[in-house]
Amino acid sequence: MFFLPQHRRYEEFWEGVRDQGSVAMGISAWGLMTGVAMVKSGLSVAEALLMTFIVYAGSAQLAAVPMMVSGAPLWVILAAAFCVNLRFVVFSAHLRPYLMHLPRWQRLVSGYVTGDLSYVFFARRYPKPGQTPDELARQQAYLMGNCAVNYVGWMTASVVGVVLANAIPTEWGLGFAGILALLGVLCSLATSRLRVLSAGVAGAAAVAAWALPLKLNILVAIASAVAVCLVIEHLDPKRSGGHRGA
Amino acid sequence: MLDVDLWTLLTIVALGLITVVTRGFFFISDKPWSLPGWAQRGLQYAPIAALAAVVIPEIVMARGQLVDTWQDARLFAALAGMAWFSWKRGVLGTIVAGMAVYLPLHVGLGW
Repeated sequence: MFFLPQHRRYEEFWEGVRDQGSVAMGISAWGLMTGVAMVKSGLSVAEALLMTFIVYAGSAQLAAVPMMVSGAPLWVILAAAFCVNLRFVVFSAHLRPYLMHLPRWQRLVSGYVTGDLSYVFFARRYPKPGQTPDELARQQAYLMGNCAVNYVGWMTASVVGVVLANAIPTEWGLGFAGILALLGVLCSLATSRLRVLSAGVAGAAAVAAWALPLKLNILVAIASAVAVCLVIEHLDPKRSGGHRGA
Repeated sequence: MLDVDLWTLLTIVALGLITVVTRGFFFISDKPWSLPGWAQRGLQYAPIAALAAVVIPEIVMARGQLVDTWQDARLFAALAGMAWFSWKRGVLGTIVAGMAVYLPLHVGLGW
């Protein structure tokens, strides 16, 4: 957890803070517009604040709010949020060997605060789980540095968005800064041909499967990209070499 | 404005649990197991795939369709952002360069 002082002893914590700092502006713009959208969709200010602080998952919040306002049954809302969050299930499979040395409650809190970009930066920085307790602790410190910046930036901006919902013009499209942040990180990950292919396949599949409900197109896209890359790796093992950074 | 509907509160708490369960899905069990080798290799392609799956539709689609006009601020903003990245490698610069192109086109020209 990023509030534990033990992480801050490691320089990796501050490296994580700096890495996540490079995208904080985009994440904040996104948090701001999520805050605005929750209020404009019909939640009261207090409800929107509670949702910000408890749910901490922008895309699930945006999917759930209109359903809550229209009075959908609870299980439908929860099933929808689960589906929108399915990519995190994939991420947790990836992160498992990095976190299993921690007690369960720490693992769950770590998972809870690990959003998309914290996961992506972590996976980029550490292709393999640490072999010693010290390496694992440093990796965890890096992850928590990322999460700390993401948490503070997102929460602050969301609260501002909720409070000033009616003063912030949605038609300016400030939330696009969040997409640009992801785009920059995407470019930074494109370090091998197969990774570029993975992005291409995923992008095309996400567009083609757009009509699927509950953002399931994202899961379809990840599965297709991983499958295509694995097949090509298998057919031509030479090409899979040369991954810088993973 | 400060009213909290009880049912809404319950829904919000349950949604928070969904966040915990999905983000920590494979951390819940203490039983030792690990993913098969092919899955571990495959996961190295997951981060970039997840980003592309979120980002690309947000740039090239509008109202559920591929954009059918080049007069869309997002296309130019994405190009400007990628150009900046290939030049300077910074993500912050990618955001700033992209928004510097996006806002005038979107707010000014209505693209």
